[in-house]
Amino acid sequence: MKEEIIIAGFGGQGVLSMGKVLAYSAIMQDMEVTWMPSYGPEMRGGTANVCVILSDKKIGSPIVTKYDTAIILNQQSMDKFEKTVKAGGLLLYDPSGITRHPERKDITVAQINAIDVAAGVGNSKVYNMAVLGAFLRLRPVVEMENVRKGLKKCIPARYSELISLNEDAIVKGSESVLIINEI
Amino acid sequence: MAEKILMKGNEAIAISAIRNGVDGYFGYPITPQSEVMETLMKEKPWETSGMVVLQAESETSAVNMIYGGACCGKKVMTSSSSPGVSLMCEGISYMAGAELPCVIVDVMRGGPGLGTIQPSQSDYDMIVKGGGHGDFHNIVIAPASAQDMYDFVDWGFDLAFRYRNPVIILADGIIGQMMEKVEMHPVKPRRTAEDILRDAPWATTGKTAGRPRNIITSLSLDSDIQEVFNQKLSRKYAEIEAKEVKYIEYLTEDAEYLFVAFGCASRICEAAVDELRQDGIKAGLLRPVTLYPYPFTRVSELSARMKSVMSIELNLGQMVTDVRLAVEGRCPVGFYGRQGGNIFTPEEIVDAFKKFNNLK
Repeated sequence: MKEEIIIAGFGGQGVLSMGKVLAYSAIMQDMEVTWMPSYGPEMRGGTANVCVILSDKKIGSPIVTKYDTAIILNQQSMDKFEKTVKAGGLLLYDPSGITRHPERKDITVAQINAIDVAAGVGNSKVYNMAVLGAFLRLRPVVEMENVRKGLKKCIPARYSELISLNEDAIVKGSESVLIINEI
Repeated sequence: MAEKILMKGNEAIAISAIRNGVDGYFGYPITPQSEVMETLMKEKPWETSGMVVLQAESETSAVNMIYGGACCGKKVMTSSSSPGVSLMCEGISYMAGAELPCVIVDVMRGGPGLGTIQPSQSDYDMIVKGGGHGDFHNIVIAPASAQDMYDFVDWGFDLAFRYRNPVIILADGIIGQMMEKVEMHPVKPRRTAEDILRDAPWATTGKTAGRPRNIITSLSLDSDIQEVFNQKLSRKYAEIEAKEVKYIEYLTEDAEYLFVAFGCASRICEAAVDELRQDGIKAGLLRPVTLYPYPFTRVSELSARMKSVMSIELNLGQMVTDVRLAVEGRCPVGFYGRQGGNIFTPEEIVDAFKKFNNLK
């Protein structure tokens, strides 16, 4: 099993942290992982993306140009990454702020309205975990038990009370996926 | 089972320094390696192992603090990125001249000048062929993963003390910024004063009665004395070249075409090899792990049965000079690279390979 994932959106949406939780969860499942952020002279409100690769085997190149899954959280990222999803792959996106919806028919397309999910859970900061939950529903690459373990590794001990809130968002996110195009 | 932690290569350097009994880190922040000092400051090792962590006022200052610490036989290190390492070169040369052990990490970025902050391998020539003025070599080791970053700190100090020579960990922005699984090894305590007397009897730890003075200097003024010293260095380098060459091969047993790439480029090249193999083209890869000493002999041996050898680097073609030296005209030598902080994809390498070898 090898899953190459690009997560892309605005800085501040928790793109990098979502990738980190996913990667750590996979480590808890004894998988190999790479987490490679785009980095540069970035600023708040700018774009942020991270490529996460999960694999049963040692990972060679951490740099890829085609992805099994694209998780897209703003329009700029949609313009850049829709075309990079492998045929038969998955494009998961948050429709808020999207003016041009994905057009491809050779991939699975799904929506997650993560702002609503996060609001429902009661904290807008768990937005990214709602998206992660949606992804894991569609691609159960990591078992929920290991996601919980991974989450614990990513949240500092002093914020341990936030773990259950994040877990709630993952669960609610997974229940709120809307499939637009299924192949 | 050893604990496995998800961390950046830069963080791995810092955590490894603490866990491997490093006595001091002196540095100055610069992207893409700032996480090294940030992690050290967050971990506060001065409260646990007693390791000193200090932000110097500049890279020049940091490298001279290392000089001082190394004189006392301490395990001291610094890290920086290309422009910062340029500033350290005077100090590196003085340390080579004074035969002082230290570990210096260069997380390379695009250059010349201030350049970009994105990944590059543009300092190969600077570090492998020089790293300062004068007739000397740095021992240069090139990590290709976060685990390597963790492991190479300890290995680096081992080499540095065995040969009383600066060791440079030549990394790049990808290896520094990428998070991967890192397996922690058991903690090594910092050396005691007795350990230092045993491992570094040359150190200036305070003269005891009856012992000759330990003098650490890189100044000799007398040509004859200097020449004797240079020849002593030459013997040391010959020993390093004989004993310390390290490389990793990937699918070279039946290969007809060879790639040579180090650091992050070797990872991307590995994917290119896989892609070519799927097309039925027998490609293989040699990754030099030590850049000095360079695996000349092995590249030379392999080239004898290759149709071509290509050096793949994130620069304008620096290591390719060494590849040519090793191949000695046995087969054509090609080069493909990207510059300025841009990174090639496996597909780009495959295209360049096919073009160079006139393959469809």
